[in-house]
Amino acid sequence: MAEPLLQLRGVSKAFGGLQCINALDLTVNEGEIVSVIGPNGAGKTTLFNLVTGMYRPDLGDILLDGTSLVGLPPHKITQRGVARTFQTLRLFLNMSVKENVMAAAYGHTKASLGESILRLPRARREERETNELAAEKLSFFGQRLMGYRWSQPAYSLSYANRRRLEIARATATKPRILLLDEPAAGMNPVETHEITELIGQLRQEGGYTILVIEHDMHVVEGISDRVVAIDHGVKIAEGTYEQVATDPRVVEAYLGTTAKERT
Amino acid sequence: MSDVPPLPPDAEQSESSGPRIGADEWVARSGERSAHAGLVGRVSASYERVPKAAVFAFFVVLAAMVPLLSAQTANDQYFLRVGTVALLFALLALGLNVAVGFAGLLDLGYIAYYGVGAYGFAMLSSDKFGIHWQAWLVIPLVVVVSALLGFLLALPSRRLVGDYLAIVTLFFGQIFYIVVTQGYRVSLLGLNNDLGLDRANWDLTGGPNGIANVDRFNFFGLTASSERAYFYVTLVAVVVVFAALSLANRSRTGRAWRALHDDALAAQAMSMPVNWLKLLAIGLGAAVAALAGTINAALLQGAFPDDYNTQVLIIIYAMVILGGAGNLVGAVVGALVVEVLMLEGLRPQTPLSDWTSSGRWVVYGGILLVLVATIRPWRRLGAILAGVVAFGVAVHLIVAATTAHGADGLLNTGPVSYGDGGWLGWLIRHWLALPADTYATGTRAPFNAALVLLIVLVLVLTLLHGWARDLLMIPTIWLAGFVWETRLVLEASGPTRLLLLGAILIVVMTARPQGLLGKPRVEVV
Repeated sequence: MAEPLLQLRGVSKAFGGLQCINALDLTVNEGEIVSVIGPNGAGKTTLFNLVTGMYRPDLGDILLDGTSLVGLPPHKITQRGVARTFQTLRLFLNMSVKENVMAAAYGHTKASLGESILRLPRARREERETNELAAEKLSFFGQRLMGYRWSQPAYSLSYANRRRLEIARATATKPRILLLDEPAAGMNPVETHEITELIGQLRQEGGYTILVIEHDMHVVEGISDRVVAIDHGVKIAEGTYEQVATDPRVVEAYLGTTAKERT
Repeated sequence: MSDVPPLPPDAEQSESSGPRIGADEWVARSGERSAHAGLVGRVSASYERVPKAAVFAFFVVLAAMVPLLSAQTANDQYFLRVGTVALLFALLALGLNVAVGFAGLLDLGYIAYYGVGAYGFAMLSSDKFGIHWQAWLVIPLVVVVSALLGFLLALPSRRLVGDYLAIVTLFFGQIFYIVVTQGYRVSLLGLNNDLGLDRANWDLTGGPNGIANVDRFNFFGLTASSERAYFYVTLVAVVVVFAALSLANRSRTGRAWRALHDDALAAQAMSMPVNWLKLLAIGLGAAVAALAGTINAALLQGAFPDDYNTQVLIIIYAMVILGGAGNLVGAVVGALVVEVLMLEGLRPQTPLSDWTSSGRWVVYGGILLVLVATIRPWRRLGAILAGVVAFGVAVHLIVAATTAHGADGLLNTGPVSYGDGGWLGWLIRHWLALPADTYATGTRAPFNAALVLLIVLVLVLTLLHGWARDLLMIPTIWLAGFVWETRLVLEASGPTRLLLLGAILIVVMTARPQGLLGKPRVEVV
């Protein structure tokens, strides 16, 4: 098998005495959709923060396409091709919808401040390309983020549209792997269904590899090639949805009792 | 579960028919519709259709014609100087706007870069060290050095945000002031004599006296020596910096600054190097401030420490915040309003004070403007204004009838005599009750008491609500007029002017927290 796109080798992270992630191994292959599940406080978001460079692992290594990401600042990691969304939405609220997406093109554009001020050819070309990129990424969501919405400030968007804009913004960094942190949180059933289809589309049309944290088991079932369950920073199960969902340790982690006692 | 509901078929309609009533877009655009209603709305809508570049060019031409107008007056030099200083402040406000408005960094060390520009120019073009380099060489050099200094000072503070950044940068600004005022006795650790150097210490900055006899701007033998020349030099600088910053704001760097302003962590996760962007914002602001500094040094033909102290910094901040942080037009408008209307307009015994009637227009106009802006509905405003007039006239009549002292004293300033005649003077005299010998010496004590009473009344006002507040507002406004006419009109050249500026700013910012032209910001929803 080819080299996995993202590989975590024995990654550990502790805050004081709290071992958030403990010797975690995880691989995500090119083109895969992998779901991370686990109870609250299991270390899922910490895992994302480690991969994107917000935290530095105490032990272990994180490899993207065979190159280590450990020690790189977050913006460099994003430029290498890892983009994320936030569980607690973190849009640029006072910027327009389109600018939110355009801002994320910073990493793969080069024009210096001087070039932009003098409107030299490279700056003009990049500006045109960034505009087209933003239009393309926003059109991914049908009419929801199009037309008059482009010029509206992000704070005027509904909750569901903010989630969509976060995904559009993350894709504008031209990532290879997308880390989606609870993309369906707080959405109604129709919207949740839409997100499920959308994640599939992101892989098909965008060609992204996707690592997703999700609590909604319908979503997890609908999208995942593979599911990884973690609890207290330790991987407790891995496999297909059916394997993981019926794993006694996963049931125990969620329900606090052993499967044997329940039956 | 059903599929995603299809969007309404008329979601994409032609511009003319507009969105269907009740649809998302219709709701989202309700603000636009109400803004475009009525006469004001139609005028502003047609103004928005004019290309921005044309508006910009119009105002530049308008500003360029100011010297032609001032040449028609008897005080050409004075008006040119006020214009130049206002433009200089506009330049400073534009520079400060980069860090504060765009990137959201509370940089309180900004004044140091202004000073570096002025002292840099003064050291390289004056008799101080006998160096007389030409301006075309010194200006770029000083601007680059200041930008590098901005980088250097931002480097240790790049991880700080908000209050912490403010404290550290304020410290840098203060260090500059101390270095400049103490820089007349610099030695190598006090060992100059032991090292056998020619003198015990060197004078680098002139200390509290500053550096005098600084050269005028000299471009390849062409010397800018008149007030008019400096007006145009400053105007060109403002135009160039304004255009450059507005292009910068629309570039990828500008977007990244605004992203960093909103959420630095998210900006970093979206591939933006926030530390570098912070250095860039502070460095660019420092370059603009240094440019303003060189102009100021050549204009004043000197560099003096008190032009670069914290008080000046606060005034520049007031301009940026009043205009609306993040808005370039706002920065310029804020600078012009604060410098021309408030700082110069309130100064007595200047040519401008003939026009403002020693600042009376500014004060009474300001009070009226605030009342109009804050009191709703119109009936209540009308009642209060009527009450103020009636109260004043009644007091005037009572005082005139009961004392032999007279109730018609009013300061006579400038060639236009509002004290003796003129309709404003007539109105004020019949509204207030000023003793005939208001401005004679030895009559201060009751006026001081009135000032204290005014302060007490204002404090009480903030505690009251409803009709009691409206009622108390009437004597308070009258007393404000009385205190202004008896005390402040004479003292407005000193710190009183800044106190009044502060009071006006507090009221304006309460009525419009985002500033005159700023957009309201949302921090957390």
